[in-house]
Amino acid sequence: MEPSTRASGPATAPMLKAWRRFATHRPGLAGGAFVLLLALAGVAAPLLAPADPSQIGNQIMLPPSLQHLMGTDELGRDVLSGVIYGIRVSLTVGFLAALAASLLGAIIGALAGFYGGFFDLLVMRISEVFQVVPSFILAAVIVALSGAGLMQIVAVIALLAWPQTARVMRGEVLRIKRLEFVDAVRCLGIGEGAILAGEIVPNALAPMLAVGTLIVGQAILLEAALSFFGLGSADVVSWGRMLNSGQRFLFNGWWLSFFPGTAIFLTVLAFNLLGDAIGAVFNPRSAA
Amino acid sequence: MGRYLLSRLAWAGPIILAILVINFLIIHLAPGDPIEALVGDFPAPPDYIASVRHQFGLDQPLATQLWLYLVNLAHGNLGFSFANRQPVLGLLLDRARFTLLLMLPALTLAAILGVVLALTAAPRAGSAYDGAITAVSLFGYSVPIFWLGQVLIVLFAIDLRWLPAQGMISLREQPTGMAAVLDVLWHLILPAFSVTIYYVAVVARVARASVLDVLHQDFILTAKSKGLPRRQVLWRHVLPNALIPVITVIGYNFGYSLTGAILVETVFAWPGLGNLFITSISNRDYPVLQGIFLLTALTVVLANLITDLLYGAVDPRVRAGYGAHA
Repeated sequence: MEPSTRASGPATAPMLKAWRRFATHRPGLAGGAFVLLLALAGVAAPLLAPADPSQIGNQIMLPPSLQHLMGTDELGRDVLSGVIYGIRVSLTVGFLAALAASLLGAIIGALAGFYGGFFDLLVMRISEVFQVVPSFILAAVIVALSGAGLMQIVAVIALLAWPQTARVMRGEVLRIKRLEFVDAVRCLGIGEGAILAGEIVPNALAPMLAVGTLIVGQAILLEAALSFFGLGSADVVSWGRMLNSGQRFLFNGWWLSFFPGTAIFLTVLAFNLLGDAIGAVFNPRSAA
Repeated sequence: MGRYLLSRLAWAGPIILAILVINFLIIHLAPGDPIEALVGDFPAPPDYIASVRHQFGLDQPLATQLWLYLVNLAHGNLGFSFANRQPVLGLLLDRARFTLLLMLPALTLAAILGVVLALTAAPRAGSAYDGAITAVSLFGYSVPIFWLGQVLIVLFAIDLRWLPAQGMISLREQPTGMAAVLDVLWHLILPAFSVTIYYVAVVARVARASVLDVLHQDFILTAKSKGLPRRQVLWRHVLPNALIPVITVIGYNFGYSLTGAILVETVFAWPGLGNLFITSISNRDYPVLQGIFLLTALTVVLANLITDLLYGAVDPRVRAGYGAHA
């Protein structure tokens, strides 16, 4: 039995099995389909949106009608167009923040789990601090002080979220490094670093994908909350900012906050469904 | 118990220190002069600015600055808010009362609701009712609670006119005595419910898993085969054993409910820390923002510590070190 075929050969079979299980997981499919649809709508925003979302008009505070499906705001801007363009900010922030957090967490967690010792202790303590600290408040203080830009927000969210992925990666590495096949690879004379990067980490990616997907949802919620508090980037249309201005018109313009909020809710829900499904598909025992 | 207490205190110490250091480093994040972070962007008298500069040793090396910062904190000096014309510490403690008034009922309600939902759903795992519970917790995890607050205002305050939309007291009538208490409770319903929903989701999810776990253990089978009624098995045998992880999750999520309260307060114009937070953001009143971060973070550490001690008191296995603590 060749160790290298053991590590990579049958690995495709579990992938196929996992995909088949996913294909029967209805909530996960629904979430995935919605995310896909959103991404397409975000890319095609200029084609889909009936108007420029920042186009000011004299038809102000119109309730939803056939002409303006989600109504217009206090400056006569079309709410539907704002909601469609808002997809771009939410998905960009969500994906970039989750990607950055996953990369950072994967590297730190893998090293901590594999080498252990003082570094591991330090990483675990730091990640505990981040678990305890109220992340929205810390993010808001940092953004308030350092200035509100889209990239600042992404960086802050990633900074606050990496311990989650680091913990998952560390746990997986701790589990996998004790498996027999690792010793088999080691007997072939492959170096420790190559074992970690080439054999252990690839086998730990499935749970990382699940956590990463859940972080996309968290990041979208966090960005919306920051924008709602007036800390979002001023030069883009975002759902959180629409809710912020809708707050002033709750009494005479429910549609100003209803539609952007529904968009946030459905998007985060879709990512949560997808993340839970990915977790369940790769680890059927946890689904019970 | 003494050794367990000591080990938990040893856990909290470095974390508190780390929070203080984070707060110190935030000052230096501000572009330009860190003095702005310590005084705020509000017109302050120049001699006050000079005295702060001296007090925090802003012309000294970073290590000295950190030391001076810690010394100032130890004296309760969190700075002065010129926007509010009040020392930050007093301002925070003043507003924190109202946030607690919102949080504690919301937390209690969520804990009860979450446990009851889980206890009724778990024995019927896989049924439509169980599915509905799962849906409720998914909703709680995904909904932006400040938006939920807005929807509740539009629905129950503006459309149906059942409940007040904003504030903590009726400004027009100014009731006294018992009527005033009822008036506050009346204003509390909508914001408290908005905070509750996320918490119900968290508690229900953990409690459901925990109840399911206990249900499959041998002593439950024994209780059932003794011929005990279903209800008695659930409430007397399952519940106490399933409750321990639930207590933990409630205590550990204290910080989330605090954040939740802060997010919701803004929507309902509730006069607590959340409202102070958003006005301080627009006033660029940085010392207050940092003070709120410090206060909330320390509160969460304290809540975790209390949870651990309760946990140790309730379950002897934890004290002996068999607990599943990471």
